[in-house]
Amino acid sequence: MASHQHDENCKKMFALLSEYLDLELPAGTCKEMETHIAGCGPCAAFTESLRKTIELCRSYRPQELPDPIARDARQKLLEAYQKVLAGRRS
Amino acid sequence: MERAAEIELARQLLEGKPEAFDRFVEHFRGKIFNYSRIMCGHREDAEEVAQETLLKVFENFDQLREPERVRAWVFRIAKNACLIKRRKSIFAPQQELSLDELMPAKDSSGDAMRIEIADWSAIPEDEALRSELRQVLEDAMANMPEIYRSVMLLRDVEELSTEEAAQILDLTPDAVKTRLHRARLLARKMLDSYLRANRQAMEKS
Repeated sequence: MASHQHDENCKKMFALLSEYLDLELPAGTCKEMETHIAGCGPCAAFTESLRKTIELCRSYRPQELPDPIARDARQKLLEAYQKVLAGRRS
Repeated sequence: MERAAEIELARQLLEGKPEAFDRFVEHFRGKIFNYSRIMCGHREDAEEVAQETLLKVFENFDQLREPERVRAWVFRIAKNACLIKRRKSIFAPQQELSLDELMPAKDSSGDAMRIEIADWSAIPEDEALRSELRQVLEDAMANMPEIYRSVMLLRDVEELSTEEAAQILDLTPDAVKTRLHRARLLARKMLDSYLRANRQAMEKS
């Protein structure tokens, strides 16, 4: 029974993990999560792997770059910007 | 480029200083290209989306009232350009994935609490592994349902806030949170499988 209760806690915590890691949970819930994680090896390992997934996303850099912008494409953008500036003056 | 530097470029352009133009174009062109390549899955489409987005950005530059919001503003325009370009998948699920599907499998030892998780401890130190994992992460994003991919790119890659992502995607903040959690779980699962396969290959050799 105790083990079943524990399983339920794991499930509950599983649903809130992202908010927990983003510091978006109310203080009380956050504390409950911390207590659970401290006493549950699989949840601790899982939380750590999710934290590293997020960290990997943040350090993600594009694997491909666009080709350098074509001269006429750049010119088109510059003209649009200059038109906005000219519109302010008139 | 840091967020502060990007905001400074937008501020200079708003003040009518064209010196910032090329750096602004180069910076955001790369960002939009990457976002739309993963969203649409085509390099050619991504180049077009980048150009169309930047054209709208400059045509409407005066609508950017606060330079601090430049990233969110540009991505809102990019998302719309992507929507027009994208080949809509008939397989896109309408319902959220259930969390049960994303929980790690219990292992077969019979102990209810033991779950299978790869050893993630080597990741911070090992730069070669990190770089491989970034490619796995990109594949994971490219293959997850679009409703999750779009949120993950904005929240975790572009580091926009929940509110900014919600505005860009026309979602409630709660829906952004729900989808982000599932996106991260899907990405985690792919990375975990990769790490486990990697470990097995190393043990065999």
